Amino acid sequence: MRTTLDKLELGKKAKIISLNNSNIKRRLMDIGLIEDSIVFCYLVSPLKDPIAYKIKNAVIAIRKSDGKDIEVEVL
Amino acid sequence: MKKIALIGNPNVGKSTIFNTLTGMHQHTGNWPGKTVSSSKGIFGFKDKKYEIVDLPGTYSLIANSEEEMVSRDYILSLDYDLVIVVCDSLCLERNLNLVFQILEVTKNIIVVVNLMDEAKKKNVDINLNLLEKKLGVKVLGTSARSKIGIRELKEEIYNFKTKESINNSKVIENSSFIYEVSKKSNDIVSKVVKENANKKEKIDYFFDRLLTNKYVSFPLMIILMMFIFWLTIIGANYPSEILFNLFINVENYLYNFFSFLPIWLNDLLINGILKTLGWVVSVMLPPMAIFFPLFTLLEDLGILPRIAFNLDKVFQKCNSCGKQSLCMMMGFGCNAAGVVGTRIIDSKRERLIAILTNSFVPCNGRFPILLVIISVFLTSSIFFKVSILTLLIIFSIMTTFLISFILSKTLLKGYPSSFTLELSPYRRPQFIKVIIRSVFDKTLHILARSIIVTIPVGIIIYILANTGMLNTINNFLDPFGKLLGLDGVIITAFILGFPANEIVLPIILMSYLSLGTLTDYTSIVELKKILVENNWTILTAINMLILILFHFPCATTCLTIRRETGSNKWMIISMILPLLIGIILCVINSFIFLVN
Ligand SMILES: Nc1nc2c(ncn2[C@@H]2O[C@H](COP(=O)(O)OP(=O)(O)OP(=O)(O)O)[C@@H](O)[C@H]2O)c(=O)[nH]1
Repeated sequence: MRTTLDKLELGKKAKIISLNNSNIKRRLMDIGLIEDSIVFCYLVSPLKDPIAYKIKNAVIAIRKSDGKDIEVEVL
Repeated sequence: MKKIALIGNPNVGKSTIFNTLTGMHQHTGNWPGKTVSSSKGIFGFKDKKYEIVDLPGTYSLIANSEEEMVSRDYILSLDYDLVIVVCDSLCLERNLNLVFQILEVTKNIIVVVNLMDEAKKKNVDINLNLLEKKLGVKVLGTSARSKIGIRELKEEIYNFKTKESINNSKVIENSSFIYEVSKKSNDIVSKVVKENANKKEKIDYFFDRLLTNKYVSFPLMIILMMFIFWLTIIGANYPSEILFNLFINVENYLYNFFSFLPIWLNDLLINGILKTLGWVVSVMLPPMAIFFPLFTLLEDLGILPRIAFNLDKVFQKCNSCGKQSLCMMMGFGCNAAGVVGTRIIDSKRERLIAILTNSFVPCNGRFPILLVIISVFLTSSIFFKVSILTLLIIFSIMTTFLISFILSKTLLKGYPSSFTLELSPYRRPQFIKVIIRSVFDKTLHILARSIIVTIPVGIIIYILANTGMLNTINNFLDPFGKLLGLDGVIITAFILGFPANEIVLPIILMSYLSLGTLTDYTSIVELKKILVENNWTILTAINMLILILFHFPCATTCLTIRRETGSNKWMIISMILPLLIGIILCVINSFIFLVN
């Protein structure tokens, strides 16, 4: 199932399909978010935003407004 | 002398390696972004000497924020003989991306895989030999905190032969390059790293979920804060008393000893300066010496990024950056440090908001004054002391939100930019080291500063008082002070306390005492007596608390703000803004008291 990263449910894994033209594309790539890499939705902040993902062993918080530009395939 | 650069992702232990190599004490801590400017050190090994530069952490050579630019520029300058790229053993794949980027700039690289102890604990095997073969550069494993592998690193540095190499840095900017590199890293890591089942991950997950739980997280943060205040107050009591008594004895002894001096000089030295110093040391030092290490322990544990994670939504609503809460928390230690720390914020606008609001949270130097005033005037119950202090801090954080929001709608208009924050793994703090370092580096430093300021200010006050000028000034400022529910002496004290906030209260006392009421102020009861004799009421105390929270930042912070923003304008705004808030709140509060 395709969705965007901000909609990935807690505890679910997904594969990155595309970063589209996210304005932090390069930064995301640098922290390991590139096409085909796997993300795991690890934590949701108490106020629902941001959300922390496990990306290549590191836990990285991303705001929903940034996550909505990232397309993923839920695994 | 050979030049070495130390680079790597944030929070991988660069500063720790730097410190073990050079014997220096650069700030380390368990959150990404402590090191915001490069620092230089020198060390010798066998017959050679080396200059080593500790660069701010960065994920890539494409810089986003100021602190990353420092690292990129340094690497691209090629002004070194050797680059040590420090990697996190548990995030090797991402770390290798940076290694590959640097390999396009220079081949003079040693790769250090640090945090090997953590890999071992998490049951992860790393084949360093294979990694070395795959990368084609020297690879070493270290556990810098316990100094394992440092000797070997020195040996490698010693034997390193700098070669000519081709700078091909243009290619880094291509997206296709980073894509290829990621594939390569992924491929290498899948061969080099073997992850086995481990328990620590589950424990970390448990704490992460607890600390960020919808219902539990905020109460937990408040309880944690109260606990720290409680420990500080309880812990400071006893040493305070000992120091007090010690000073009284010394004062009496010295007063008699110097009885051959003219009486005015003896009075100035002993009753004026030494007594004030004794007061600063015994009242201010113990809480500072306890609060700061406690705070540092939290920092080492890895709590700070979680708090930033929890609070980000609020900052987002204020159109500012979630990393601002990291700077805010640094501000509890020292506002000047908090202001420097704002370099981790990418957007200029959001960074300015963080700078202008940093002094809204009380630093370690202002914290004990709050404590004293609460103890003297508001309550003697420890529970209420802790609660009032906590409420004050929450109030100052709320003000930070409000003003950030207002700034984002007026002077610094704009929308929140993107933000990514790495939540570093929990680490066991090094208790003894933390305590020693924070006492020596921070507390004694602040103490020395207040002593340096107290002496000349003490002399000035003495002279002013004896020439009648102090009276004139106080009378002049008195109407203004009264308007704020305070008095002229207090206003004078805030102005004279500009170099160091922690001496505001001692200045007030010195002034009151030199104005005639020469009492001994060795206990809370006596202290209250002096203040009450000088017309202090609950209103004075509350407004005093407000003004301590909100007035101009201390001189050091102001200079730091000027340096960081490169403009006098922002420095002046950063002074006016909190002062204005303080004055408005005081006036409102006085009015409320008047009406009642
Ligand atoms: N367990 C363990 N912890 C380490 C080791 N090396 C460093 N640390 C801890 O890791 C944290 C980060 O270390 P720093 O030296 O501040 O990291 P840095 O790379 O300079 O970080 P930035 O300034 O963010 O770039 C600190 O809490 C250190 O005590 C190690 O070998 N083992």
